[in-house]
Amino acid sequence: MNNRVVVTGLGVVAPNATGLENFRSAIRAGKSGIEKIPLLGDLKFSCQIAGIPDVSEELKHQYFDELTVKVLKSTGIIYGCIAGIDAWKDAGFDVSSDNEIDWDSGCVFGSGLTGVDALRDAIYGVDALKVRRLGSRIVEQTMASGISAYMGGILGLGNQVTTNSSACSTGSEAITMCYDRIKSGKAKRMLAGSCDSEGPYIWGGFDSMRVLNRKNNETPEKGSSPMSEEASGFVPGAGGGALVLEELDSALSRGAKIYGEIIGTAVNSGGQRGEGSMTAPNPDGVKRCIRQAIDSSGISPNDIDAICGHLTSTMGDVIEVDNWSKALGRKGDDFPHINSLKSMIGHCLAGAGSIECVAALLQLEGGFFHSSINSENIHPEIEKVISKNKIPHSLMETTNFEVIAKSSFGFGDVNCCIIFKKWNNK
Amino acid sequence: MEREEIKDKLAEIIKPYVQDMEAFGNISEATDLLQDLKINSAHLIDVVLDVEEAFDIEIDDDSVEKMITVKDSVDTIFASVDSAA
Repeated sequence: MNNRVVVTGLGVVAPNATGLENFRSAIRAGKSGIEKIPLLGDLKFSCQIAGIPDVSEELKHQYFDELTVKVLKSTGIIYGCIAGIDAWKDAGFDVSSDNEIDWDSGCVFGSGLTGVDALRDAIYGVDALKVRRLGSRIVEQTMASGISAYMGGILGLGNQVTTNSSACSTGSEAITMCYDRIKSGKAKRMLAGSCDSEGPYIWGGFDSMRVLNRKNNETPEKGSSPMSEEASGFVPGAGGGALVLEELDSALSRGAKIYGEIIGTAVNSGGQRGEGSMTAPNPDGVKRCIRQAIDSSGISPNDIDAICGHLTSTMGDVIEVDNWSKALGRKGDDFPHINSLKSMIGHCLAGAGSIECVAALLQLEGGFFHSSINSENIHPEIEKVISKNKIPHSLMETTNFEVIAKSSFGFGDVNCCIIFKKWNNK
Repeated sequence: MEREEIKDKLAEIIKPYVQDMEAFGNISEATDLLQDLKINSAHLIDVVLDVEEAFDIEIDDDSVEKMITVKDSVDTIFASVDSAA
């Protein structure tokens, strides 16, 4: 089997917007979702800014019953479910507990440390000798697959329902797994997504590693500046993104809206060898991953019009751009356009890949390319590799891009690359 | 505490767990928590925890297993409240 796979639904809960239309407007406007978080200051964090989605109690009640709103401590599960339900509806499917089970639809919905706040309560309860008072809702929030378990039940999915986890490449990896499943004929539709919660217990380790921004506590919106000379550490974020991947014939027979086609993917690891380590990518792995994705797409590196990078606002940005240039064999003015959504929303960790892929598809389908904000002072090492004008400092209104490449990389030296192609009704 | 008072308080506690609101509207001592009110069996333990908190009592595991109907539950609570008093 070699089915073609298209994207027919999108949903997103991001630090700068909740809901697809709000998100589209936000990324077009270059709106930052980074704010000062007083709690982080109280807890003596060096980085006191972050991107946290705005989800009101009223909004939660539109997606969950009263009881679930009361007990859900895992914000990552909340963000993931809202994004997933939105994507499913956007694809034209009903969401109702009366739905018949759909054996041809499944989900791979990744997560990082979504259940940490529920786990904290459980730990305090156990240590206080109150294990019998933990109740029935701790396990579903603290198990790694909590988000896919919620999603599967809400949507009535009967195909594979699982959670993947590969640090900051989780969201993109989920998409590749869903793509493979549909391509090979094992499912007709898959909800691909990822999410992560916010908070000091998730971010503390990163703060201690000194990989977070610590220079912009009073200027939060300037804190995430991928590819700039000022890039000095990432800004932590949280949220969830979801995409409905569908076998082309199924999408066509339903007359579904098609955001784009996935024409190739690759995942690999640099093995933490050479320049690679737990935290740094081995450039050989990254370049190989990009080339494999392109090869599997049946296109030439020259066909790539734009790159939505991983680009976290660290020194890694310089290495990433260099890897792209070498993998594509393109530099200077010949290099594709490149931007980073993290400039607006920070790094949503396990949630990042899926949120950023939602953005990539909105740009591909909508024919625009968003500003990579805070990149005015391009890092000199990046400017040696690519022309300045390849990084947009304002919205590119009309692009006609045919192919956008998306990359995600994660701790553990893991890499992922996805090639999206504009849908031209053929 | 009177049985009727316990029953009303119990009804308020279980309301958020009920998935058949029509059955809840016709609640009586004979109402079965799982069969009639369609409370998720996994959530029954949360009902018990809420009851313990609301009445400031502790319900032992054997009694929990006997809380099948509203009557069973009121009996259990009544006995615990009584012995606590």
